Amino acid sequence: MAEISQRVGGNGARSTEPGTVAHWGQRRGTLHDADGLIAGPGDPSAGGPRPGDPCIDGGTQGPEVGAGGLGAGTGSNAALRGVDQPLRVLSPDGSPTGASDPPYPALLGPEQHRQMLTDMILTRRVDAELVDLQRQGQLALYASCLGQEAAQVGVAAAMRAQDWLFPQYRELGMLVARGVDPVGVAMMWRGAYHGGRGLLERHTSPICIVVGANALHAAGFALGVRLDAADEVVVASIGDGALSEGDVHEALNMAAVYEVPCLFVVQNNQWAISVPGRVQTKSATLAHKAVAYGIPGIRCDGNDVLATYSVASDALRWIRAGGGPVLLELLTYRRGAHTTADDPTRYRGDAELERWAALDPIDRYRRHLVAEGIWGEEEERRAASVADEAAAHVRAEVCDAADPSATGLFDLVFTRPTKELERQRAQLERELARRRS
Amino acid sequence: MSAVTMVAAINAALRDAMDGDDKVVVFGEDVGRLGGVFRVTDGLSDRFGPQRCFDTPLAESGIVGLAIGLAIRGYRPVPELQFDGFSYPALDQALNQLAKYHSRSGGLVDLPVVVRIPSFGGIGSPEHHSESPETHFAHTAGLKVVCPSTPGDAYSMLREAIECPDPVVYLEPKQRYWTREEIDLPLRTEPMDQAVVRRAGDDVTLVAYGNAVATAMAAAAEAEVQAGLAVEVIDLRSLAPIDVDAVVASVEKTGRCVVVHEAPRTLGIGAEVAALVQERAFYHLEAPVLRATGFDTPYPPARLERDWLPGVDRVLDAVQAVWEQ
Ligand SMILES: Cc1ncc(C[n+]2csc(CCOP(=O)(O)OP(=O)(O)O)c2C)c(N)n1
Ligand SMILES: [Mg+2]
Repeated sequence: MAEISQRVGGNGARSTEPGTVAHWGQRRGTLHDADGLIAGPGDPSAGGPRPGDPCIDGGTQGPEVGAGGLGAGTGSNAALRGVDQPLRVLSPDGSPTGASDPPYPALLGPEQHRQMLTDMILTRRVDAELVDLQRQGQLALYASCLGQEAAQVGVAAAMRAQDWLFPQYRELGMLVARGVDPVGVAMMWRGAYHGGRGLLERHTSPICIVVGANALHAAGFALGVRLDAADEVVVASIGDGALSEGDVHEALNMAAVYEVPCLFVVQNNQWAISVPGRVQTKSATLAHKAVAYGIPGIRCDGNDVLATYSVASDALRWIRAGGGPVLLELLTYRRGAHTTADDPTRYRGDAELERWAALDPIDRYRRHLVAEGIWGEEEERRAASVADEAAAHVRAEVCDAADPSATGLFDLVFTRPTKELERQRAQLERELARRRS
Repeated sequence: MSAVTMVAAINAALRDAMDGDDKVVVFGEDVGRLGGVFRVTDGLSDRFGPQRCFDTPLAESGIVGLAIGLAIRGYRPVPELQFDGFSYPALDQALNQLAKYHSRSGGLVDLPVVVRIPSFGGIGSPEHHSESPETHFAHTAGLKVVCPSTPGDAYSMLREAIECPDPVVYLEPKQRYWTREEIDLPLRTEPMDQAVVRRAGDDVTLVAYGNAVATAMAAAAEAEVQAGLAVEVIDLRSLAPIDVDAVVASVEKTGRCVVVHEAPRTLGIGAEVAALVQERAFYHLEAPVLRATGFDTPYPPARLERDWLPGVDRVLDAVQAVWEQ
């Protein structure tokens, strides 16, 4: 397991073994040595700003933060080595790469494997249904996650129910894997509700359209979790484009300064609408950016669900143990248009698409599980029927769904409408009544 | 003459301005290869090269801040913010910096920046893509704010905005992007700080801008059919400064005024027009100035926008109310 996580930086990194997690934070022990994290210098309760610390009150930094911000070797070549080769445990043909043995945490039993693959198949099926529903005029718009199923399901599978997700807008796979009814997602794209429905019930913040804003909310929420000393971890999900926003830099910086329990997951799908990654940044990788914030940065093959799950699990464990935030770059690819309103043929060619289609995350995982004897025709049939049922459910609930009442908008501005809002509601009610008669 | 869309008119204005002055540069999210999500910048990077029309990283504050720096350096930047709602991450640079740099430099530095923003609603977009951002800018001293409602004006006002030595926020009513007008380009219409009478009438004055001009025109036609009223429609075109003389001249004639805009009612442009009219034409008024506007709620989800937006009905209610006073 130690081999599966690579890092490009971290608090107090004194890098003796690049490419392993053992040096993720000498100051606090290692990612895998739970005892080391909880006792001695690694005891999260002993270092860093705590509730009431001057640092959190806006005063001077806690000593641990200054001391641990940039450890020796953090920016050294040694520490950076390996980030160009993202962690991958399954080859595109499904065979183990040998990067780790076994190629996934032993904790993952056959049922969990089947669940993850089923979630990925379901995500793809519902995603395709949503694209169709948009074409048929049932949705105003849709942003497909085709090709990103492993990155999304892998991260969600590593989270616990009590953990929190602050998504951007292309996370259908994360949402369904967390148990969110995709109808609630579809209704946002239909133009019926802002933010989606049924997300908060699953510890998931409303869908965030303003790119990058959710990263700060996640950092703040995680600060609250830390102040509460609660056993929860927060995941901010952002895109490669989002990483260019000032908000995201502020989020990473503040999360690092306060050592909050937050995992920043960047789905590097290579594109932000028509803008390729090389226009967004001169950093060699997105994970490199972690170095400057003094937090661990990891790069992982986001089309390899086992690598994603493993790295995300490691990172979440590290964070839970008080290690502070982590930046996780998941290399993947947006195979669909940016949204149903986009025409990607204007800015990218078929060769690139074909290359990534050959790296399909579902085929890869399926081949592996078949070879392991965990998946067969019976499982395939069952997954297909679960996925078809979910798609049919979405279609049935979304097609020609009644719109919410416009007069209800006045109830959502404040906890209680003001007098002026009541006057305006009455005006709209008169207009609507006249139109009906 | 040919039927030119507003998108094509804006595109032509950018091209002609870039042809005429090599200090004019265009940048923003997706404006290069893609030609903008609305194709407004289509072909510019091919024609002028990536030095003069380029994609930026996804960072709106950065886009406006960069424009300020380029302007100080002697360029005439025409940055695009992709949608109204995404002008808000750039508000510090726009309101604190762009608006004030000329005065902070003791008048030594001009800021010929035009920030183009596809604006307003009515096209079934997701959240944050249908905002009416005008009040934030118009309320800030040091920014000119203009909003064309026709392809001809879109061309002419953008050319003038780019020539203007002061910062201009140029709001594009995206619902009108695909409307056509028979025009010959290049053309110049009235100066951009002047309001224009789109339809003459003696009974009631309707003041509008952007998408709302078409609504006001439709309501005026309807009022004539239904009640024989002669409604005058004024297209403000400039929201900062407001051409108060033009509005006052009309109200002196009609004695009745209704302001139409999509933006929420409270502290919208309508509030300013009403204040100016009562200051300047109080004794000509036969009725209070009324507003037919969006509501004081967040812009609604797409399926509710028809109910929410000020349509002909809402405008006619206000026209009837001022007429029956
Ligand atoms: C603040 C902000 N600016 C601009 C936009 C318009 N926009 C929507 S998605 C997008 C690209 C986002 O790219 P990325 O973060 O990589 O996510 P992806 O779409 O690839 O999932 C842009 C520019 C926005 N939604 N929010
Ligand atoms: Mg992206």
